[in-house]
Amino acid sequence: MQRSLHIDPGKCTGCLQCEMACSYENEGAFNPAKSRIKVFSFHDEGRYVPYTCTQCDEAWCMQACPVDAIVVNPITGSKDIINDRCVGCKVCTIACPFGTVNYNSSTGKVVKCDLCGGDPQCASACPTSAITYIDADATGLDRMRQWASKTDTQAAA
Amino acid sequence: MSHVIIGTGPAGVIAAETLRKRMPEAAITLIGEEPELPYSRMALPYHLIGDIQEAGTHLRKTADHFAQHNIELLQQRVTTVAAAEQQLSLNNGQTLSYDKLLLATGSKPMRPPIDGMDLPGVVNCWTLADARQIIAGAAPGDKVVLMGAGFIGCIILEALARRGVDLTVVEMENRMVPRMMDEQSGGLLKTWCENKGVNVLTSTRVNAVSDAGGGQLGIDLDGHESMTVDLLISATGVRPNSELVDGIVDTNHGILVNEYLQSSDPNIYAAGDVAEGKDFSTGGYSVQAIQPTAVEHGYLAATNMSAGAESLHRGSINMNVLDTMGLISSSFGLWEGAESGDETTLGDPARFKYINLQFADDVLVGANTLGITQHIGVLRGLIQNQTPLGKWKAKLMADPTRVMEAYLAHRVP
Amino acid sequence: MAWTKQILRVNLTEGTVNAEPLNMEWANEYLGQRGLATRYFVDEVDATCDALGPDNKLIMATGPLTGTMASTGGRYSVICKSPLTGVMACSNSGGFIGAELKNAGWDMVIFEGQSPTPVYLHVENEKAELIPADDLWGKSVWETDELLHQKHQDPQLRIAAIGRSAEEGCLFAAVVNDLHRAAGRSGVGTVMASKNLKAVAVRGSKGVGNIKDPIRFMRETADQKKVLAENAVTGTGLPTYGTQVLMNVINELGALPTRNMSEVQFEGAHDVSGEAMHEPRKSDGKPNLTTNGACFGCTIACGRISTVDKTHFSVADKPEYWGNSGGLEYEAAWALGPDTGVNDIDALTYVNFLCNEDGMDPISFGSTVAAAMELYEAGDINSETTGGIELKFGSAEALVAIAELTAKGEGFGKDIGLGSKRLCEKYGKPEFSMTVKGQEFPAYDPRGIQGMGLTYATSNRGACHLRSYTVSSEVLGIPVKTDPLETEGKPELVMAFQDATAAVDSSGLCIFTTFAWSLENIAPQIDAACEGDWSVEKCAEVGARIWQLERDFNNRAGMTAADDTLPQRLLKDAANAGPAEGRVCDLDQMIPQYYELRGWDSEGRLTDETRSRYGLPA
Repeated sequence: MQRSLHIDPGKCTGCLQCEMACSYENEGAFNPAKSRIKVFSFHDEGRYVPYTCTQCDEAWCMQACPVDAIVVNPITGSKDIINDRCVGCKVCTIACPFGTVNYNSSTGKVVKCDLCGGDPQCASACPTSAITYIDADATGLDRMRQWASKTDTQAAA
Repeated sequence: MSHVIIGTGPAGVIAAETLRKRMPEAAITLIGEEPELPYSRMALPYHLIGDIQEAGTHLRKTADHFAQHNIELLQQRVTTVAAAEQQLSLNNGQTLSYDKLLLATGSKPMRPPIDGMDLPGVVNCWTLADARQIIAGAAPGDKVVLMGAGFIGCIILEALARRGVDLTVVEMENRMVPRMMDEQSGGLLKTWCENKGVNVLTSTRVNAVSDAGGGQLGIDLDGHESMTVDLLISATGVRPNSELVDGIVDTNHGILVNEYLQSSDPNIYAAGDVAEGKDFSTGGYSVQAIQPTAVEHGYLAATNMSAGAESLHRGSINMNVLDTMGLISSSFGLWEGAESGDETTLGDPARFKYINLQFADDVLVGANTLGITQHIGVLRGLIQNQTPLGKWKAKLMADPTRVMEAYLAHRVP
Repeated sequence: MAWTKQILRVNLTEGTVNAEPLNMEWANEYLGQRGLATRYFVDEVDATCDALGPDNKLIMATGPLTGTMASTGGRYSVICKSPLTGVMACSNSGGFIGAELKNAGWDMVIFEGQSPTPVYLHVENEKAELIPADDLWGKSVWETDELLHQKHQDPQLRIAAIGRSAEEGCLFAAVVNDLHRAAGRSGVGTVMASKNLKAVAVRGSKGVGNIKDPIRFMRETADQKKVLAENAVTGTGLPTYGTQVLMNVINELGALPTRNMSEVQFEGAHDVSGEAMHEPRKSDGKPNLTTNGACFGCTIACGRISTVDKTHFSVADKPEYWGNSGGLEYEAAWALGPDTGVNDIDALTYVNFLCNEDGMDPISFGSTVAAAMELYEAGDINSETTGGIELKFGSAEALVAIAELTAKGEGFGKDIGLGSKRLCEKYGKPEFSMTVKGQEFPAYDPRGIQGMGLTYATSNRGACHLRSYTVSSEVLGIPVKTDPLETEGKPELVMAFQDATAAVDSSGLCIFTTFAWSLENIAPQIDAACEGDWSVEKCAEVGARIWQLERDFNNRAGMTAADDTLPQRLLKDAANAGPAEGRVCDLDQMIPQYYELRGWDSEGRLTDETRSRYGLPA
């Protein structure tokens, strides 16, 4: 059974432990600016929304990549960037309708969530279980995918 | 079933792979005339910079990728298409029959109607062969003119600058990247390049190119002094490569296709730069000549070519992302605005930041950005979903940088 | 390591911005943030300088754990000489800007001089520049925040700013960051305003690294987060009720100062308590509290995110206040509520919003209003003085009206902006001022919690609960229960708390962790991150050194033993109700022993031996 990140914004307090864990795992420093998961704060509404790649089936980023630098991880199902291949053309950053692939100007490559290879550090670090890594069936992934399909130019058969 | 695909760019390759997935038994032939393995033009600037070797430009990374998928890859030029016979002839005399044919022949550089464009020292920047010629021809200190500050021109600027050449950009229109950026952002881009030591002449035409002797070229400019240069790179735009089927299927700017990517001949499909496909934003048909559209076309055309499936094209969003010497710009959809729509702009010229959003009612229909790299994909998401923004429209009108919040407010329950 | 080892020196007079290496010798002796910035401060600033003149400096400082994954590692402090007290000011804040500054590569920023015209500092990693702020002057913190975000087109920009109260000379103006977190006390915002510095806007993407032993650090911090999660106060009480968990507790203890500290229990305490913030209101069925929110890296998340009832008189015609913002925390709720006798939670929430919006310390504001109410009821001021406001205890309308005036420095609000001490002196009743060294009291009556009496009297920044929160021990039994009505043993307790707190305040962590953590939990986290030895003993010694250094500066600034006292009301008038009924604060039983323990002479001055024991500058 593949697992995926389940995000419950209602439980999020906006502490950014997830962003630090993510950047520490991937960049070797506590650096929210380089985190692949971002917590967005809706000040007026008193709401915090952690947000990252849903590893969508459509894989817009992967499809759009001109040099085959984004591949499906056979174990986790995540869409992973192969750094050695990425030329930094950024087409995936505009192709992803979720805005979850971002360009990192200091490396000249793009970055996105790869589920830390199956042990997502954001979920481990979250103190309120707003982010959990659970069986895909239970994540509401379908709902997200439904939304994704609305974005799909290819769906209206 | 026998499928033939002409063109080994992204549209052709995606189509071949999609067909293979859908039709394990079909014969699939992929024909390209360039001598290299299928490669990406998007990657050429990074090859010019020296970040990647030629192999890094390849669309698929293993030499036997196509063989492994039982896709026959022919490196030949197609000379004629006989639509009635469903047959085509190759440069080597071979003929091929097809049940369905996909034209994914892409585009080619326009050759401006100027004297001297055939002189040695005038090069395009379109193929790997062109790239090799530029690498060989642009030595440090050389004087180089880049004709055309469009997408291609801008994307190779850094590569040229890094080669240490003395660079002048000549653009006919009043700003850089006129087909992607509005006046403000195009103007900022010009200042940015000038600050980096590139001479940029906008609203300037090249009248003529001549042999100045000693391997140099004379460039006669409209309104500026003539120049003597070592290399002229012509990047004045591209046009669809549709000559092969002229008179066989209906064409306008490119090959006209319907919502199934099918041309006027039901057995012939077209995809990518050569196809005049549906535009999501306008509902009309146009040639977009961008990577994501090529991919979409390739996938959809192949789906419709394979039996038992019909997939309607809702239209592709015209969008671009461009890195001009480190300044990143993007455009989406109707960035020039919708009829009787609203727009909002926020700019910080001193810091080379700019964002413009275009709305029709409370739906985002287009955007232009400069100096913004985070989460820009949501601009596509909002446009493509036609998300009614409700109260968020007013918030975005007041502060367009809050686009990610607007997106999430509608995205996350 | 964990320090970035770089500090930014901003000369506002000259308009220059320069990088300097951090003095690592001092870092080893003073750790960071409060301690280290104070070391720089006493080295560079004449203690007798005019707090609002160009010779005062203002330091924004982070700790070595700021910006790391250690829980609550998001703090920064603002250090300067206080215009309210005339002694050291050191105000600590959470939110996000401290970590952002660290991420931009700076341990601290030292502002010196005075800019001829309004400016703000924009920091983007190594790039830092002063930018004209004429267009921001006269704007509130919230407007400034919005304008700067738009101008820089960066939703992630973190901003600290002063509001209109500071510009108008309010002596208890705060530096507000991230809209509703504040370096609140002692008028640090007033000093910032005196320098014509409107805001500091920071964006950092360099990351905080330099961890001495990353594997041990990750393990230690993860283990200690578990301790916080499993503790009843930090794991449940604070996330659920915030610091407002205390309102009913302290009231029952008879230590809830009421109506300018004339009483010790408030009949309306429940109406303004943490519990009440959860109760659905009539108009829309929503509770005052929307959710709890965290500062950077905090796994406790005690922050309150609240709304004011849209139908409430204070905001009914002001839709701009209908959204969520930082809600009531205990000290603010107490000062605005029990101390003024107002039990209207929406009025309190609205006034709290105003305090954030225009950068006022709600403790000093509420306490000063309470003093003004007493002056009004005693007839020392009247409605003519107040511009028509009937300034009676219990009047929510008066509280709201006064808050709106003080925020903008208008009318009688100008007088309130003087703070309680100067206000009461001005109107001839200095005895009405509930202050120590000119700073207003927080929410614990020292008649009912004796240790807090010594805490207030000896605090290096005037009346303050956060210099040694003996409430932990005397009320909650953390780490050991002591009798709140007993004075014996309190000097030792206060001193130990003062030292430990100074260390925590210098680390980048939040003092609220100490409901669950002691230095035994904290020191290993510092030690895993920072080069050098950071044992429990070393941390306590550093804390003590910091305390002595602050005291030494204060003495030089003119403070004497006579200033280590409390208002007569608390020393002479017995509590009128509750468990402490009949008691006064027996401060004189505690002070001499405290001085002795500290190594001070009877005048409260450091002896030479003490100075050399801690290696303090002569």
